[in-house]
Amino acid sequence: MKNYLVLIIGMMLVTYIPRLVPLVTMSQKPIPPLVKKFLLYIPYTALGALIIPGALQATPGLPAAALVGVGATAVVSWFKGGLMLPVMSSIAATFLVLYSLGTR
Amino acid sequence: MEYVSKKRLGFKDGAVAALPIVIGYIPAAMAFGLLAKSIQVSLTDTFLFSVMVFAGASQYMALNLIAVGAAAGEIIVATFLLNLRHALMSASLAARLEVQKKSLLPLIAFGVTDEAFSVAATREERPTMPFMFALEGVSYSAWVGGSVLGYLVGSALPASVRASMGIALYAMFVAILVPEMKKSVYVAGLALGSGLINAVLSYFKWLPSGWNMVAATVLVAAAGAFFIKDEKEVGEQEEEVAA
Repeated sequence: MKNYLVLIIGMMLVTYIPRLVPLVTMSQKPIPPLVKKFLLYIPYTALGALIIPGALQATPGLPAAALVGVGATAVVSWFKGGLMLPVMSSIAATFLVLYSLGTR
Repeated sequence: MEYVSKKRLGFKDGAVAALPIVIGYIPAAMAFGLLAKSIQVSLTDTFLFSVMVFAGASQYMALNLIAVGAAAGEIIVATFLLNLRHALMSASLAARLEVQKKSLLPLIAFGVTDEAFSVAATREERPTMPFMFALEGVSYSAWVGGSVLGYLVGSALPASVRASMGIALYAMFVAILVPEMKKSVYVAGLALGSGLINAVLSYFKWLPSGWNMVAATVLVAAAGAFFIKDEKEVGEQEEEVAA
């Protein structure tokens, strides 16, 4: 494969269609209460599955650094809330661990 | 109820809400650009990947598969499996989104990434179309810009900086979740249950990899819908009003 245009267009279609169809077909439609409950729980279950176990692979070969980073976010988020401060704290904590363990 | 005092989310709120995503996207996109360059994908193609696909994890996966000589069809099928979770997010967004202009829904749909969805879906106020447009537009610009930047200058960043910024998107997911978990023990149960099932499925590799997350997300949300009786504990209070 030298020219990737066919691949890119194919990937675009299979990414875009699943994002498109539910939003267009289900918006502004009455949704049965049980289905609605299910759909409103999706953000939380999706977040859980996005974080665990993927976060541990955020620092390849050094899951401890990622664990410290995620732990720092959780603590800052618990006491201060917001998004920017927890995210920046996490980057700083991870950097400190990686740097002190010799990653330059 | 307190919804009366809640303001409606606008374009500016969306742009502000996108900032943590930008912090996560720039290094992640730079890593993508750098990797693309290292396997001799042209700058134009790298740019087009981010402009047209806009799905980080599957873009990395595509590069890895290109590097081992996989066929285009195989990469496209793998991308479909990996990105199927966005159909769930799109459906969940549909249940809450305030639609001002139906004809613009396809544009909003293009930007339903893990990150934009997570930010929008956990806001107390219902997301509106201007909010989504700004949230996604700013994120998208960071993703596309970061990809090109990484291709051009990515190798100039020290390894420690690159590695430590890889945590940013996960940190954002955690920071979105923690306040919600604090408010409701059910949310904590849903998130931890789903993460645990995803971890078990990922460990045993029973399913094609893209399906683990879908299975965990669907199973636990469905279990929650059936077994959680207290309607007010999770989800939206303002829903009745807006209807």
